[in-house]
Amino acid sequence: MSKEATVLFDVPGPRARARNMLLTVVVSVVFAAVLTALVWRLDAKGQFEEKLWTPFTKWEVWRGLLLPGLVNTLKAAAVATVLALLFGAVFGLARLSDHWWIRVPAGVVVEFFRGIPLLILIFLAFFVPNKVSPQIAESPFGQAQRISVDYFFSIFGVEINAGVVTVPAFAAVVFGLTMYNGSVLAEVVRAGVLSIPKGQSEAAYSIGLRKNGVMRLVLLPQAVTAMMPAIVSQIVVLLKDTALGFIIAYGELLSAGFRTVPANYHNNVLQAGIIVAIIYIALNMSLSRFATWLERRSRRSRRTQAKTLGAGGPPPVAGVGVTQQSV
Amino acid sequence: MFDFDPFFDNFDEILNGFAATLRLAAAAAVLSLIIGTLLASFRVSPVPVLRAFGTGYVNVLRNTPLTLVLLMCSLGLNDILALKFSDTTSTSYYWWAVLGLSAYTGAFVCETLRAGVNTVPLGQAEAARSIGLTFTQSLRIIILPQAFRAIIAPLGSVFIAMIKNTTVAAAASYAEVALVTKTIVDKPTFADGVIPLFLGVAIGFLILTLPTGYFFGWLAKRMAVAR
Repeated sequence: MSKEATVLFDVPGPRARARNMLLTVVVSVVFAAVLTALVWRLDAKGQFEEKLWTPFTKWEVWRGLLLPGLVNTLKAAAVATVLALLFGAVFGLARLSDHWWIRVPAGVVVEFFRGIPLLILIFLAFFVPNKVSPQIAESPFGQAQRISVDYFFSIFGVEINAGVVTVPAFAAVVFGLTMYNGSVLAEVVRAGVLSIPKGQSEAAYSIGLRKNGVMRLVLLPQAVTAMMPAIVSQIVVLLKDTALGFIIAYGELLSAGFRTVPANYHNNVLQAGIIVAIIYIALNMSLSRFATWLERRSRRSRRTQAKTLGAGGPPPVAGVGVTQQSV
Repeated sequence: MFDFDPFFDNFDEILNGFAATLRLAAAAAVLSLIIGTLLASFRVSPVPVLRAFGTGYVNVLRNTPLTLVLLMCSLGLNDILALKFSDTTSTSYYWWAVLGLSAYTGAFVCETLRAGVNTVPLGQAEAARSIGLTFTQSLRIIILPQAFRAIIAPLGSVFIAMIKNTTVAAAASYAEVALVTKTIVDKPTFADGVIPLFLGVAIGFLILTLPTGYFFGWLAKRMAVAR
């Protein structure tokens, strides 16, 4: 518990201890009652029958369904993470540009993709190209469409047949995750760079670096360490959101565990849901642990403590007090 | 390709979809705020069982995909356990969607509020105790009001995320705007006009989320605690 929580109440005396004890008992009884009611209901609906639970002890269910689903989840998450980081870096820096004609469009793109739901983005990638491509194929852009699909989008499994573009569920999920999380990461990058004290860039400019050098050699290295925890927690969000692939029938963990398994094993929806939830929770909690560890580590490291000398008080007289090194 | 007629032919349906989205979002906003506040007070309470419950709840709900939460509510609890809110199937699904979305968002509200409690200076809690307020009193009169004023802006982000998350209820067979969009796209008669359709839906969501963001930003500035 954090220290704030403990200052909200005194060290309990005899009366408070008795009251807490009573509360503990009452709360436990309430929980137990709810749990019993639930178990009773589960039993009444025959949810404890062995055949509903045994599929998850069989190796072939794991090998044939759950593990491939998990692999698909991780595949989509990995590809989307890389692309989102790229998108975030490019657009985050573009929003910091000195030229309004770069800054403003980048801002519009980021705000747009941050403002609309991920599911709509996935639907957009999944349904629209299929319907729109025949018309593009007949227009002057037909050739460009064919070439771009053949030489670039085919990496993600996009196909073109007689002018009709088909986007597989995987590519649609990756597109949605990239655009949404990329926009969020762009804001993280922007905030990270802006959080570096002004003296850092001023100092960099004064030793003769150009814009490019200031960003690349001075600001970004400090910003990246500072924003690492935020990036990792956004990756947790991304990993969780791969589950939206369920809606467009991408064969990820939720589809495999929650649609295919119940369809083949006596409609054991509740049991499958519990198992799938445990897998997701384990995955995400270990990633979050990693984020906490990173945060603690970066707080210890000196590189993030970008402090400008004399930032607190009046600036020291030239040549005086500059010897005080930050350790 | 930019033919807007098919879009306006289905305009009523889309508006109904947005109305359904709003109904879900409004109910979930109220309920998730209640759940989140309760959980946050559990997590700072002197009773260990309540603290453990709060921590467990937040860890489970925050790390489970919302799609799974809503599907468990609709397919698991409503269909299999037959725990129904109403005999009308769609009404029952609506309330399960509200409950699932609120349970999920509540975990995030709780974490935000706990961060807000941490921003209240130590002296406030100590002063509250020294004038003899009990835990509930000091939480209710001193800590939470200040914590709430500190978290208005982050709470706005949580609510914006929640508004966008209402689309996931499409998985739980609730006919909100994402499901309506999918139904319209799937119509064989609806060949043209997908771009206007998605543009319209996107703008609809921007109309919902952008003002929410500005409102909470304005409110946060107005209600900021002067220290």
